[in-house]
Amino acid sequence: MIMSDFPPGLVLIFGALLLPIIGQKFRPILTLGLPLITLYLIWSLPDGSFSTFPLFDYQLVFIHSDSLSRLFATVFSIMTFGGSLYALKQKSVLELAAVFVYAGSAIGVVFAGDLISLFIFWEIMAVASTLVILSVGSNRSFQISMRYFLVHVFGGTLLLVGIIAYILDTGSTTFTAMELNSFGTIFILMGFLINAAAPPLSAWLSDAYPEASFSGAVFLSAFTTKAAVYVLLRGFPGAEILVFIGIFMIFYGIIYALLENDMRRILAYSIVNQVGFMLTGIGIGTEMALNGVAAHAFTHIIYKALLLMSAGSVLYMTGKRKCTDLGGLFQSMPLTAFCGIIGALSISSFPLTSGFISKSMISQAAADDSLIAIWFLLMAASAGVFLHAGIKFPWFVFFQKDSGLRPPDPPWSMRLAMLLFAGICIGLGIWPEYLYSMLPYPVAYEPYTVTHVIHMLQLLLFSGFAFFLMLPLMKRTLTITLDADWFYRRLFPSILKNSSATVWRIDKMIRLAFLEKLNGGLIFLSKKNNRMSGLLSQNYPIGSMVLWVAVILAAYLFLSFIR
Amino acid sequence: MSNENDKHWLVREKTVRLLWRVSLVLLSLLVIADFFINAHPYFKIDGTFGFYAWFGLVVCVGMVLLAKALGVFLKRKDTYYDNE
Repeated sequence: MIMSDFPPGLVLIFGALLLPIIGQKFRPILTLGLPLITLYLIWSLPDGSFSTFPLFDYQLVFIHSDSLSRLFATVFSIMTFGGSLYALKQKSVLELAAVFVYAGSAIGVVFAGDLISLFIFWEIMAVASTLVILSVGSNRSFQISMRYFLVHVFGGTLLLVGIIAYILDTGSTTFTAMELNSFGTIFILMGFLINAAAPPLSAWLSDAYPEASFSGAVFLSAFTTKAAVYVLLRGFPGAEILVFIGIFMIFYGIIYALLENDMRRILAYSIVNQVGFMLTGIGIGTEMALNGVAAHAFTHIIYKALLLMSAGSVLYMTGKRKCTDLGGLFQSMPLTAFCGIIGALSISSFPLTSGFISKSMISQAAADDSLIAIWFLLMAASAGVFLHAGIKFPWFVFFQKDSGLRPPDPPWSMRLAMLLFAGICIGLGIWPEYLYSMLPYPVAYEPYTVTHVIHMLQLLLFSGFAFFLMLPLMKRTLTITLDADWFYRRLFPSILKNSSATVWRIDKMIRLAFLEKLNGGLIFLSKKNNRMSGLLSQNYPIGSMVLWVAVILAAYLFLSFIR
Repeated sequence: MSNENDKHWLVREKTVRLLWRVSLVLLSLLVIADFFINAHPYFKIDGTFGFYAWFGLVVCVGMVLLAKALGVFLKRKDTYYDNE
C-alpha cells in the first residue's frame, strides 16, 4: 500500500491546518475522522523503520514501528478521538487546531526512530500545548502559558544539548536504550524528565493544566507526560535513579492532592502521582515491570481523561472549580457523577476496572525482584491513590454538602464521550487479554486470583474507611499549596527586583560622580581660556563684526575696479 | 432544604446511617475472608492476618496527618499569586 509509510502523526498535524479553513458544519467530520484514519495507519504499519529522509550527514527516521510504539500511538489516537467527541462544543478553533498538532506531534515522538526527528516533534509538542492553554484567551492564561512554555523550552534545550553531545560521542542518531554514563545521556534524561513532571520542576503541570478550557485539560493530561514516559521506557529501561524519582513523585502527588481545593488541580497532582508509578516501573526495568508501565500508561490515559471530562463537565455547566463551591451535584448530574466514579475507581485500581489489571503488574514486578521497600511503598501509594483521587475527587464534587447547585448533565456529545471512556475502563478491566496482547513482552500474569482481589479490596476499602474517619481533617479551605514554582514566581523575581534596584542605585551614583567630574573639568577649561584672553577667546561686539565685513566687501569692490 | 423529606434519598440521615452499617459489615467480612484464602506472601509480614486492611488504614491516616502537617507550612490563601 502506498500510504503504509506515511507518518501517522502528520495526518493530525496537516489536518489541524485545515480546521480553521473548513466551516463549522463540517468540522466534526474532520475532528472525528482524522483520529480514526490515524489509527488505521498505525495498525497498517508493519514492524520496522520507514519514511527516512537524509538531513546533511544524518538520516531522519520518521517511523520506527514496533509493539511499544504501536501501543502508545494507539492510545494517543483513541484519546484524540474521544477528546474530539468531548470537545464538539468547544468554540475555539485555535484550541482544536492546537490540540490536533499537539496529538500529531505526540504520535510523531512515539514513532521517531532517531533522536533528531524525536527532538523536532518534541518541540512542536511544546509549542502546540502552550497554544492549547493560551487559547483560553484570558490574561491569566497568557501568563500561565508563558511560564509553561519557558519550562518546556528549558527542558527542550537540555534535551538538545544532550542529543548533540550524544551524537558527537557515539556518531549514531538512532534512538535506542542508552546507558547513563555520559554527559549526553544525562542531559537527554534530564530533558525527558522535565516533560514527565519530575522534581524539581514538576510544578508546571499543576500550574498549567487546571487553567486550560474544559476540553483543553482533557487533552493536556494525555500527551506530554505519557510521551515522556514512552521515551524513558525506550531510552532508559532499568535506570535505577528513576525508581527514586518515581517514588518521590508518587507521594508528592498524593500529599499535594490531599491539600488541594481546585478539583482539576487535584487531578493534575494525581497525574504526577500516576507518572511516578510508571517511572518506578521503568527503573525496576524487568520485562514484567516494563509491560506494567506500558499497560499502565495506556489505561491511565483513558481513565485520567475520563476524570477530567467529568470535572470539565462540572466546570462547563457550573463555571465553578473549587471544592468549597461544589457538592451535592450527583442529584442533577447523575451521569457525570457516575462516569467520574468509574474513572475514580479505575485510577484506584479497583477489581473489574482498567487500573487493576495494569498497576498491579508494576507492584508484582517489585515483589518478583524482592524489592521489599519499593513494594511496601507501592502498596502504600495504591492506598493513597484511592484516598486522594478515588474518593476525594467524587466526594467533594458530587456529594459532600449540598451546594444548592442543580445544573443538568452536559450536552450529548460530552455525555457520549464520557460513556465511551467509562466503557473502555470497564472493558479493559474485564477483558485484560486484549491489552496484554499488545504489550512489548509476552505476558504471564493473571490479575484475577481470589487472593489478589480480596487483598486489593481490603487495602482500598480500608483506605476509604480512613478517609471518612479523617473527614473532619479534610475540610476544604480556600487555599493553595506552595510548590517549587514559588522559586520562579516569587523568590527569583523579588531577588531580581531588589538586585536591579541596587544596580540602578550604584549606576546612578557612578553617573552622578562622572557628571560632577566632567562639569568641574569644563569649568576649569573655560576659566583657563578666560584667563588667556587670546585673540580667539575674546568677545567681539556684533557691530564691529558687521563693520569689518563691510570694510572687506568695500576692499573687494575696490580691487575688482582696479584690475 | 432543612426538611429531611425534601432531601435526596441518598443523603437522608437514615440512608447515611444504613450506609455506614453496611460498609462496616462489608469491611469485617473482607477481613474475615483472610481465613479462607491461602495467602502466598511475597515477603513475610504481608502474609499475616488482615495485613492489607490495617496497612491501608494506617498508611492513609498517616498520609492525611502528614499532609496536614505540611499544610501548616505550605498553605497560602488562594489569592496569593493574584497580583502577578
